[in-house]
Amino acid sequence: MSGGLRASVPPAPTADAAAPLVLARTLTHRRERRIVLVLALLALVVAAVSLMVGAYSLSVPDLLRTLAGQGSGSENFIVFKLRLPRLTLAIIVGVAFAVSGALFQTVLRNPLASPDIIGVTGGASAAAVFGLLVLGLGSVATSAMAFAGAMIVTAAIYLLAWRGGVVGYRFVLIGVGVAFMVQGLLGYLLSRADLRNAQDALTWLVGSVSGARWPEIAVLAGCLAVLLPGVGVLAGRMRMLQLGDDTANSLGVRAERSRLALLVAAVALAALATAFVGPLAFIAFVSAPIARRLVGTGSLALLPATLIGVLITTVADFTAQHLLPGSLELPAGIITGAIGAPYLLWLLATQNRIGKGA
Amino acid sequence: MPQPTDQAADTAATNAAAAGPTAAAPGEPAASGRHELTATGLSLGYDGNRIVDALDLAIEPGAVTVIVGANASGKSTLLRGLARLLPPQAGAVTLDGRDITALPSRQVATIVGLLPQQPIAPEGIGVADLVGRGRYPHQGWFRHWSSTDDAIVAAAMAATDTLKLAPRRMEELSGGQRQRVWIAMALAQKPDLLLLDEPTTFLDVTHQVEVLDLLHELNHQQGTTVVMVLHDLNLAARYADRLVVMRQGRILAEGTPAEVLTEAVVLEAFGLRARIIADPVCGAPLVVPIGRFHRPA
Repeated sequence: MSGGLRASVPPAPTADAAAPLVLARTLTHRRERRIVLVLALLALVVAAVSLMVGAYSLSVPDLLRTLAGQGSGSENFIVFKLRLPRLTLAIIVGVAFAVSGALFQTVLRNPLASPDIIGVTGGASAAAVFGLLVLGLGSVATSAMAFAGAMIVTAAIYLLAWRGGVVGYRFVLIGVGVAFMVQGLLGYLLSRADLRNAQDALTWLVGSVSGARWPEIAVLAGCLAVLLPGVGVLAGRMRMLQLGDDTANSLGVRAERSRLALLVAAVALAALATAFVGPLAFIAFVSAPIARRLVGTGSLALLPATLIGVLITTVADFTAQHLLPGSLELPAGIITGAIGAPYLLWLLATQNRIGKGA
Repeated sequence: MPQPTDQAADTAATNAAAAGPTAAAPGEPAASGRHELTATGLSLGYDGNRIVDALDLAIEPGAVTVIVGANASGKSTLLRGLARLLPPQAGAVTLDGRDITALPSRQVATIVGLLPQQPIAPEGIGVADLVGRGRYPHQGWFRHWSSTDDAIVAAAMAATDTLKLAPRRMEELSGGQRQRVWIAMALAQKPDLLLLDEPTTFLDVTHQVEVLDLLHELNHQQGTTVVMVLHDLNLAARYADRLVVMRQGRILAEGTPAEVLTEAVVLEAFGLRARIIADPVCGAPLVVPIGRFHRPA
């Protein structure tokens, strides 16, 4: 670059000089790939088991035969009408929540910045319950309300946190405050509702994938097919944002603008998932941190995080359906909540000890 | 600007005499840097608070410029303004005569690099990965990682003596090693102008000298223009070609350390009574503070 200068040209690119770099990179990538492979295999096993186990159990050959289109009438009904839609919905919302959480936590550089902690999914719930109980809306309009609720809540947090730019911890603190507000609103709406309506509204308090139907799944999958490639395009910028705004800016990334774009994508993902299954607690919150701890290379680990999200959602739904005593079927959100709460305690206890709380 | 060039040549000559045969020939560094970074009537601040006030400064290409001043004198703010991290409240920062905020951010990033005071390393990140991220502005939609990038990153790591750290993680390193890795990342960006905000803070004196020697070497061997904020006046005086002393958001004095560092300037900028003597190692001015309890002989 600085021509006409004695030592301006870097030392001749010998294979030798770059060898340690290439080796370090290869090891880093190999580690992440290996983890992705293991997680994918686990997810496959969980998926197969959740298709086979139930009141009417299928063997592995039964399942394979049915999936290949050779099943009996009852087998087809059980797999394609009951279990597969539910599994597919669980997988898709697992992906959406996990990616959403990973984006929030990365661009706000705070492990507490997750749509379920800062009131984004709570805003969706409150709006949906308002639509259901007060406005008497149908299911599609209620889902639209949920989506709008999440968007409005995030916009409000963003504007309240804005001070010539958005800083992670301020965004999180305001978000936690907003989360309490929407919880209060939810409680008020439910206490005024009559019993039958309140039962309907319960889905908006604790998420569940039990009501899965193919047309809804198709809509959700279509939205993700647009959003996820967008996230992929922005991933390079996200890697620079990991280094702090100043470094990102000096590397040519417009930090504030990139953060806003990534937040919009993150909210859209969380809002969509919530609109279809309600607030499945803590999946967004725990997936990326678990994945990053497993990978441990400072990588964004979006793919491992996605697979963790899928695993948690599918295992939680399977547990809620089959593993609890007394043939009691619970919404999956209760199980994810039971996993997430101890993690939150652990995070708060350890983060402050090493002085990275903010 | 004939005068600054002469001064830089003088300084370079002094440095060459002091540093021995490895230093560049007199005049050569000043001729090398090509990009001109200039602040004109620049005012900077946060939330209507004015911290830097109508300041004019031309960074001399190919020289090492050190900005010093008391706390809250606006030196870090000025550096952030020069690196376009802070939009001007008034005035402008220009790069080769063009408003830096109007230029594409990535294009500026290939010319001007900044190492913030406390850069953030993602948890678990490896040294090679971190330094490689400095290549970001040179990559585009269709231009991905290549062997040229590898060669440049390897050269940056060799220059900072961090190549052997490549397989390690950032959190395993000492403060001095970590700072060298960050500088390697800034070098991988291949900027013609490198801005550093207190690159020696949190380092013990050995590592401070090590980092400043590295920047000196970089300036002399690659012709990189270096602009940095330093706390330590004596290290500033030793390593600077040009010294900028700030006081209350304005430039109090500017020139070679020998011209600028007088007892009067130190008193006015820092409110500190001091004696100035010649540094026995290189002849640069050495500030000896007086304080309340000791009387000069």
